[in-house]
This record gives sequence, C-alpha cells and structure tokens, in this order.
Amino acid sequence: MTTDTLAPPETTLPATAGSSELTGTVRLLRLAARRDRILLPVWVVSLGVLWLASVASIAGLYGSEADRVQYAVTVAPSVIARAFEGPIFGTSLGAILMTETFGMFGVLVAIMSLQAIVRHTRLEEETGRAELVGSAVVGRHAPLTAALLLTFAANLAVGALTVVILLAYDLPVAGSLLAGLLLMGVGWSFAGIAAITAQVSASARGANGLAGSVVGLAYFLRAVGDGLGEVAASGVEVSSAWPSWLSPIGWGQQGRAFAGDRWWVLALFAVLAVATVAVAFALTRHRDVGVGMRPVRPGPAHASAALRSPVGLAWRLQRGSVLGWSVGLVIAAAVFGAIGDEVDAFLETSDELVELFAQLGGSEVLVDLFIVFLMGLLAVAVAAFAVQGVLRLRNEELAGRAEPLLSTAVARTRWMASHLTVVVAGSVGMLLAVGLAAGTAYGLVTGEWGSRFTDWVLAAVVGVAAVWVLAGLVVAAVGLLPRWATAIGWGALGVSLVMGQLGALFELPQWVLNVSPFTHVPAVPAEQLEWLPLLVLLAVAAGLTTIGLVALRRRDLVT
Amino acid sequence: MTDAAIHVAGLTKTFGPVTALDRFDLDVATGEVHGFLGPNGAGKSTTIRILLGLLRRDRGEVVLLGGDPWHDAVALHRRLAYVPGDVHLWPSLTGGEAIDLLGELRGGLDQRRRAELIERFRLDPTKRCSTYSKGNRQKVAIISAFSSRVELYLLDEPTSGLDPLMDTVFQACVRDVTAEGSTVLLSSHILAEVEALGDRITIIRDGRRVESGTLTELRHLTRTSISVATVRPLEGLAALAGLHDVEVEGTHARFEVEPDALGAVQRWLADREVLALTSSPPTLQQLFLRHYGERLTEDEVADVAEAAR
Repeated sequence: MTTDTLAPPETTLPATAGSSELTGTVRLLRLAARRDRILLPVWVVSLGVLWLASVASIAGLYGSEADRVQYAVTVAPSVIARAFEGPIFGTSLGAILMTETFGMFGVLVAIMSLQAIVRHTRLEEETGRAELVGSAVVGRHAPLTAALLLTFAANLAVGALTVVILLAYDLPVAGSLLAGLLLMGVGWSFAGIAAITAQVSASARGANGLAGSVVGLAYFLRAVGDGLGEVAASGVEVSSAWPSWLSPIGWGQQGRAFAGDRWWVLALFAVLAVATVAVAFALTRHRDVGVGMRPVRPGPAHASAALRSPVGLAWRLQRGSVLGWSVGLVIAAAVFGAIGDEVDAFLETSDELVELFAQLGGSEVLVDLFIVFLMGLLAVAVAAFAVQGVLRLRNEELAGRAEPLLSTAVARTRWMASHLTVVVAGSVGMLLAVGLAAGTAYGLVTGEWGSRFTDWVLAAVVGVAAVWVLAGLVVAAVGLLPRWATAIGWGALGVSLVMGQLGALFELPQWVLNVSPFTHVPAVPAEQLEWLPLLVLLAVAAGLTTIGLVALRRRDLVT
Repeated sequence: MTDAAIHVAGLTKTFGPVTALDRFDLDVATGEVHGFLGPNGAGKSTTIRILLGLLRRDRGEVVLLGGDPWHDAVALHRRLAYVPGDVHLWPSLTGGEAIDLLGELRGGLDQRRRAELIERFRLDPTKRCSTYSKGNRQKVAIISAFSSRVELYLLDEPTSGLDPLMDTVFQACVRDVTAEGSTVLLSSHILAEVEALGDRITIIRDGRRVESGTLTELRHLTRTSISVATVRPLEGLAALAGLHDVEVEGTHARFEVEPDALGAVQRWLADREVLALTSSPPTLQQLFLRHYGERLTEDEVADVAEAAR
C-alpha cells in the first residue's frame, strides 16, 4: 500500500470546547431515565413510604410535650444515643423526627445517588456500552452530565416528596421545606463524590465501594462529632463538636430543620456539589474510557493450593462480602450491647415503646425483650448476607462464569455446595460473632457476665434457623425459577423483615407474622428455648435446599 | 460408531418458540480436526453446550467419547477441554490463577506446557482478569485448555478476539494436540481458519446440517473469484463455460469460475497476455450463496460476508 504518499495533508480539526463536549446529553439523559424507569421510582417511593412510617411512628410515640421532653432529656446526655441517632436540638415533634431519622435518610439518599452515578458512568464503560455510545455523536462530558442530571432529578423528587409528607402531618412549613432541601443536598453531594470515585477507580465495583466508604466515613464523622458534643443548659439541646461539620450527613443535621432553621447550611451543599462535579469533569479530560486512575496491582501468576477447588473459589469470591458483613455486624452488635444498660431509662420515656416491646415476648424484663429484638434484627442482616451469597450462584451463571467451571469435572451439585458452604459457615460464624460482641460489650459496660452473656449469644445464634430457611428458599428459586431468583430472594427478605421483625411494631395480625421464618424463632431469653420450632425450621431449610439442588441439576444453564 | 469421538443424530433443541437445533446430525471421528461452520445464530454454540451437558437436549441421539454428555458429564469432562467463544472470567482473579483453577478442576494440567504456552501467547498471567481484553481472556481459556492433556477439545470460535499473529500460534497448538492423537471440534464462521486446520467440516444453518465432508469434496461446490487485467481486450470472456457474474471493461474483468473450468480459463487468459491477476479462494459466503443464495435473507448475506472478510 502506498497510500502514505497519496494521503491528503493532515488537517487539524478545530479544538472543540464548551457546548460540543456536551453534545448528546439530552439523548443520553433520556436513555438513562428509560433504563432506570423502574429502579429510581422504586427508590423514591420507598423513601416516601419510609417517611410516612417514620413520621407516623414518631408522632404516635411522642405525641405529648411531656413525652418529648422526657425523650430529649434522655437522649441529650447519652453519648451513645447521640452518636447512634443524631444530635437533638429541641423538643418539637419536627426536631425529634430529625434527630431520629435524618441520619438514616441521609445514608439512603447517598446510596441511591452513588449507585445511580456509577451505574450510568463506570458500569456503562465496563459493559462496553459506553464505547458504542462514545463513538456516536456524543460529547466527552455528556455521559457524566446525563448521569448527574438524572441523579439530581431523583433527589429533587425525594426532597419534594419529603416536604409534601411533612406538610401533610401539619409540621411547620419552613422546617419541612428546609428538611427536604437538606436531604436533597446530601444526595447531590454524594452524586458529586461518586462522580469522582467513578473516575478514580478501575472498576464499577471499586467506584461503588470507594463512594460507599465515603458515606460510611461521613456517617462516622458525624457520630464522633455528635458524640463529643456538649449539652446546652436547657438539657434538651446539643451543640455538636467540629467533626460533624466535616460530613455532608452532619451538615444535614446541623441545618436544624424545625429547630432554628439554619438556611445558610444549604450553601455548603451547593459548594460541595459544584466543586466535586468540577473535579470529576477535570478528571474526565485526563482519563481514557474503561481505565481507572488508580492502577490495578499485579497478582500471583499461579493459583495457590487453597484456590484450586470449587470451595476455594467460592471463598475467594465471597470472602470480601463475608468480612465486610462481619465487621459491620460486629460493630452494630457491640453498640447494641453497650446501650443495653441504658435501655430501661430509654424505654421508660414512652409507654408505647414499653408496650410494643412487650408484644415481642412474654417476659416483663425490658432488657430481655431488647435483646430479642436487636439480635433478631441482626439475624435479618445476616439473612441479607445469606441471600446475597446464594444469589452468587445465579450471578455466576448469568455472567457466563458458571459455564467454563461446569465444563470441567465439577458436578453442578458440587458447584452449588461450594457456595452454600460459604453461606452456611459464614452465617453461623457471623451470628456467633454478633452474640459474642454484644455480650462482651454489655459485660464491659455493666460488669454483668454470667447468664446475661449467654443470653446475648444464644439470642443471636438461634436466628440461624430462620436465616437458613431464607437461604434455602433462594436455592430453590435459583433451581426452579432462575430468572426470578433475585427478585424472590430480596423480596422474601423484605417480607421477613416487615412481617417478622417489625411486624409487631406495625401491629399486624398473627397469621401475617407467621409468614416470616423469624416469627418462629424462639424469643430467647424472653421465652424458654424450645427445640421443636428450631427443628421444623431446619427441616424446611433442608427441604428447600434439596429442591433447589435437584432442580438445578435438571435444568439448562440460563443466561 | 465406536471410534467416533462425537456422534449426534436427529438432535433437536428448542428455547420456547425458537427452534435452535432441528434434527441436526454431526459425526466427528477420533483424531481428526473437524471444522464446524455456520453463520452467527445457526446453532453452533447450542450444539457445543449440549455436548458439554450444560443444556439438555429435547430429542435425538448424542454420544460423546462413548458416553452421554448429560448423565456422564463429570466423567466426560475429565477427558475434554472447552474454550468458549466469549470467555467470562472472575474479575478479581489473575489470568494465571484462572488458568490453574480451570486446569486443576479438569483433572490437572501440565505446568511445563502451561509455561511454554504463556510464553508463546505473550500473556501476562499476573494481571487481573478484569483488565484483560477479549483476546487476552480468550488466551487464558486457550492456554488452560491446551495445558491439559485430554482426548477431545471443544473450541467454540476460539480465535474471534485474537490477532493474526496469535492465530498462527493457536493453529500450531491445534496441530500439536492432534499430532498426539487428540480430537478437535473447531467451530468457526471463518472458512480460512477451518481450511488451515480441518480434515473435515460440517456446515450448519438454521439448526440443520446442510453440508458435511472433506474440504476437497466441498471445494468442488465452490467458485474462485478472479480479477484480471490484460494487454489485449477481453471480448468473448462471458461466452466461456463455467463462468458466473462476469463484468468486463475493455482489458479489465472480474468473474467467478467453477473449479472444473479453471484450467480452460487460464489458458484463454494467457493468450491475451495477463498483466495482473488476483484470485480469491472460495469463501464460506460463496458456499452459502451458491447453495442457498435465493433463500438467504439480506441480513444473513451481510452476516456471512462480514464473517468471511
């Protein structure tokens, strides 16, 4: 070929800038909105439902000024309550609502936002779709801009819904408006942060993980700041220490909706959102599609002996999840154990709370009921790990990674058993760790070891039967209805949480509560340990697992 | 059919309303390289997945290495290696770890051969699978497969992501294992690849076998494309026997010629003093067009044309 000499003189395309870097944004935004037409609305509506439930429950529990004052004077001086829930700024219903809920809502909108950003930027690149899009008439900044606009819109919807719900409960107009804006501000801030991590990390998982740890850090910083804060002379107000001001979630709380309404805090969100987006755009300019800024370290050239078996592989694939869940659960359990001592004082702030807890079990001793409730709650969290772990099977199949494995001399049952081994051992280990952590923390705070310690451990460990029923259900779903397995797994977990753990609080009828396996777990230590229900649950778990194993052996691999 | 590595007869497989395989037949003799050709979506991968026991057949007879691929899957898998067309690996594992893992689960691999193949394919085994390109992921599967000494290799479009240099290395690997007596089923939509390696080929289209035989047998069914420039005008070319699609412009011409007429055409051209001549071997595209030209849809023609390059 002699085209070299014939080639036309090289022309330099005029440097494109400004609007042309955003060409195609609107079309990409429409595409992203269409792809999220279910997911984001579900997020927004779920948050709305959670608001409704929260406002209703707080209004019910602390209806009278006297109840609220008692709540405030209990929470304000407690370091743990402040760190765990949030700073308190007064005794109005709105103020208590913010104390109790804003931290949780802040974390949720942060997660919604960071996932949306990563999904429409980094994940698109990973699947190769971005390359296809990038080769079309699309500006360099268009994909990120579209992702940001979509996420901002979702947060706007969450904020608006929040305002509407708060107003519907006759809360003050200014405070309601501010609360919605603050929540939106938290979401926007984390959208900006995720836009940066999406540029920095080498994979979508990494970007999600990095942004997720920023959320965790933000929550931790405000917990430290609020924990270290000082109680005002009134006894019902707290001024948080400086670490709270390092956290966007902290800013949301320091905005003091319904308790002083600091509107200027909104400016902090605006500055952070603009700054992070600017940094993300700058990084986009210096990065190739598909590559992160943080290099991936080389690894071993040979598989270790431990990896050379299906169980070794399953452990390798799930160990991050096992360790992550374990650390989170142990910390939560230790906190629960540590506040166990304060529970009497805390519960006495509201007669309704005492009543609700009493419905959980026959015992009159509040600490017993508290142990049952919290260990049950953590068992549901362990069940979430188990559901996720079993769904690994489906995800491996879906991603085409089961195919090369099952083309070797690995039988399907052995492959399934490998992941189930990790799930079974992991769930037992986690529940044991939860019980030990809670019991130890309680022992350290109160000096009570003996039977109380065993109570905590036992209350945690009995949950394993219900966890395995859910895991078994997911195994059966993966075998029988692979395409629906993910929905069935998470749906069943949600149902169990609402109908089992929280059902008593919602005052649902008994037959509804019976749907959840957690309802049938003996309420140790509030009640005697009974073996029959445990054995029945284990039998159900074994039966469901067997059905799943047999079904998977008989069906086609479905991708 | 005791010495057949693979015997498939009347195989039918449907996915809901779609019939992927319709009374399909395939016979692969032990020790041969069998080319398995067909356009995208013809049923090649479905056949191979059934041979691997990943999918269950609806009807028909399937014998693989003397066993039933569904019921004897584990025992059979010790004796075969598989390279998928689209290799999906665990993002957090390195290429070296994936090679060892798959080899070990198959029943062990030859570490010397593994090292040699990594060298020949120029693969960096310390990189995470998440950072590999399609071609490099394919290398991982190929190296793992050829490092195992097995009787049968099921290769499903194994080179679709490899560059031509690596293609050559791959072909050498196939020759090595057949020299040792192994059987290879090589699915492809590129005739040239199969031509270089294959003893016999089977062509599949719409889930049915449309042709099967040795390459020489099949080449008789195909035409060679010729483009020629001569000193003297090419008047009368179109009148020769065995020519098709003739386009003549003074001293330039393009046409297709049947194998039997090739000699006569050469002599006729020689009299007109050839200045330049290019001939292209028969392609899969032509094979299809020749047999099913009228029945091929436009999409299929485009598909085959692209595949045949």
